[in-house]
Amino acid sequence: MSIFIDENTKVVYQGLTGSQGRYYGLLNRDYGTQVVAGTNPKKAGTDVEGIPIFATVADAVEATGANVSCVFIPAAGVRSAVLEAAEGGVELVVVITEGVPMHDEAYFYNKLKADYPDVRLLGPNCPGLISPGKANIGITAGHIAKEGGPVGIVSRSGTLTYQALYELKQKDIGCTTCVGIGGDPVPGTSFIDCLSAFEEDPETEAVMMIGEIGGSAEEEAAEFIAANVSKPVVAYIAGMTAPPGKKMGHAGAIVSGGKGTAQAKMDALAAAGVHIGQSPSEAGDIMAEVVAGL
Amino acid sequence: MDLFEYQGKQFFASYEMPVSPGEAATTVEDAVAAAERLGTPVMVKAQVHTGGRGKAGGVKFAADIDAVRTHATNILGLDIRGHIVENLWIEKASDISEEYYVSFTLDRSAKKHLGMLSAEGGVEIETVAEENPDAIAKIWVAPTEGLTEDRCRQWVLAAKLNPQVTDQTVELLLKLYEAYTDGDADLVEINPLIVTPEGRVHVLDAKVTLDGNAGFRHDLEPFDATQPRDEREAAAHAKGLQYVGLEGSVGVIANGAGLAMSTVDVVNQVGGKPANFLDIGGGANADVMAGALEVINNDPDVQSIFINIFGGITRGEEVANGIIEAMNRVDISSPIVIRLDGTNADEGRALLEPHLSDRLMMEPTMLEAAQKVVALAEGTGS
Repeated sequence: MSIFIDENTKVVYQGLTGSQGRYYGLLNRDYGTQVVAGTNPKKAGTDVEGIPIFATVADAVEATGANVSCVFIPAAGVRSAVLEAAEGGVELVVVITEGVPMHDEAYFYNKLKADYPDVRLLGPNCPGLISPGKANIGITAGHIAKEGGPVGIVSRSGTLTYQALYELKQKDIGCTTCVGIGGDPVPGTSFIDCLSAFEEDPETEAVMMIGEIGGSAEEEAAEFIAANVSKPVVAYIAGMTAPPGKKMGHAGAIVSGGKGTAQAKMDALAAAGVHIGQSPSEAGDIMAEVVAGL
Repeated sequence: MDLFEYQGKQFFASYEMPVSPGEAATTVEDAVAAAERLGTPVMVKAQVHTGGRGKAGGVKFAADIDAVRTHATNILGLDIRGHIVENLWIEKASDISEEYYVSFTLDRSAKKHLGMLSAEGGVEIETVAEENPDAIAKIWVAPTEGLTEDRCRQWVLAAKLNPQVTDQTVELLLKLYEAYTDGDADLVEINPLIVTPEGRVHVLDAKVTLDGNAGFRHDLEPFDATQPRDEREAAAHAKGLQYVGLEGSVGVIANGAGLAMSTVDVVNQVGGKPANFLDIGGGANADVMAGALEVINNDPDVQSIFINIFGGITRGEEVANGIIEAMNRVDISSPIVIRLDGTNADEGRALLEPHLSDRLMMEPTMLEAAQKVVALAEGTGS
């Protein structure tokens, strides 16, 4: 089992005709993902390496049965692209694009919650998600992940996620699904959403969580874990030594007014029974021990 | 990006909110001339991207022109929490009978906009929140619904302001919400929002943070030009690199924000001091790597450089070639320690092998590389 996506997932790429969308869309197809369509109102009827282009997501869904959309549209167009995907009838919208204005994110997050409650949003500014051996949607390098289980991964950071996948593979540990929720202020899918799905997934027996400074998502996840997660969780938090008031790359990664520090997050998670790694590789080592003891 | 008070007031004025007439000045003579045009009494206010100006002596009342000259002389060049005052705002003085607080920002937990309004303005809102939390009326606004006049009125009533200014305050807060959303602000804060003895509601201070990501639909250039930025950050941003200047001696280059942050952490954990955070993004081609090395190389405090790359879709040999080519282009004054892992890391390392020397070293793990690079920065490594 995997969460959110599996081998039957059919993906439409909004922005497949652009350079980034084409590059990653084709890589995802090479991995084995069912990349069934792209959209571009000006290029409907054409194709990208055999992948048909439709004018809208609705047209693509009708013609191909696509149930997931992956958005590679430039930031200015993301708001309407997300609404188009939700209206078009997909179940999951994955937004890779970075640099989306906060007010747009807050708007489409709330719009989906209100009018399309069954549509899941992942991102913006996320690497996407991969269920190794089944489907890879976004910009994760598929071959660094070992298929199977028993570990599920959820992360706010891209490269650290790859690092986690890779380290687990080196230790011959498989991953059910790895979800990059992204580093923006209004992530469509939260740690809690993923933890909850992993808890329900029989094949996932342990969860690796990678957080970073800023906001209170990790603290909220800690509360959720204490009350609702029976499976072991290993966490790493980046930004222990980040200076306050400085955005560390991600729009959401900022310590302000003494809030959102890595220490506070680690303390909250440790209090919820989560194993804490002081570095990404230590978290990998701890996970190996946890898996060995399952 | 954080606006100066006077820019914030200009921003508010463009949404028809009541602000005081004033002029910006960078010299004592300009300040005096501004005050003569405005007519005394005026306020002489330091323009810095930090709070606590009043306590630091950066905000003064000037009854006459001589006082303007004295205060402007004292405030220009003043150090307020590490910010040197280069700009003044000379503003017509207002009489105050009441001081309120109001702000809008995103509540990241609720994923809605949060408005805070209090009859106890003029002090730091954190203090009010701690000592008298009931004095802050909060409202959560879904961006899909917006702030309606009815809800705004209930909010104002809940804050127990002077009932005589309810209508004016409602009108002003609706404009403030519009400025916040239409203007793509991350934060709008007025502290204090005052009531004059004549019963007029008036904006006396302005704290505005605009969202740089929304630059495609606003002209942010005038604000961008006044952002505080050290030379290293300016140079890095000009090359499109994600760079944050720190105060140590170990230059850090990594691909991905999370890995860069983690690298800074590990350098600190082994007793070193990072000179910067630098994310070169997903790939690591020669152009980007050369640009990053140039920026780091121009930092006189840097004693050693840590290149920490995890190959994902970008393969190890591409990364290695990028580093080798970049090193040929830039004359680097500090020794470099590389940690290369991920896709085709072995192939990448094999390519780097013939280039290794006491100026270019390679370590298998992040921790070992960090220990090496810190030892080099302290002069005990080679």
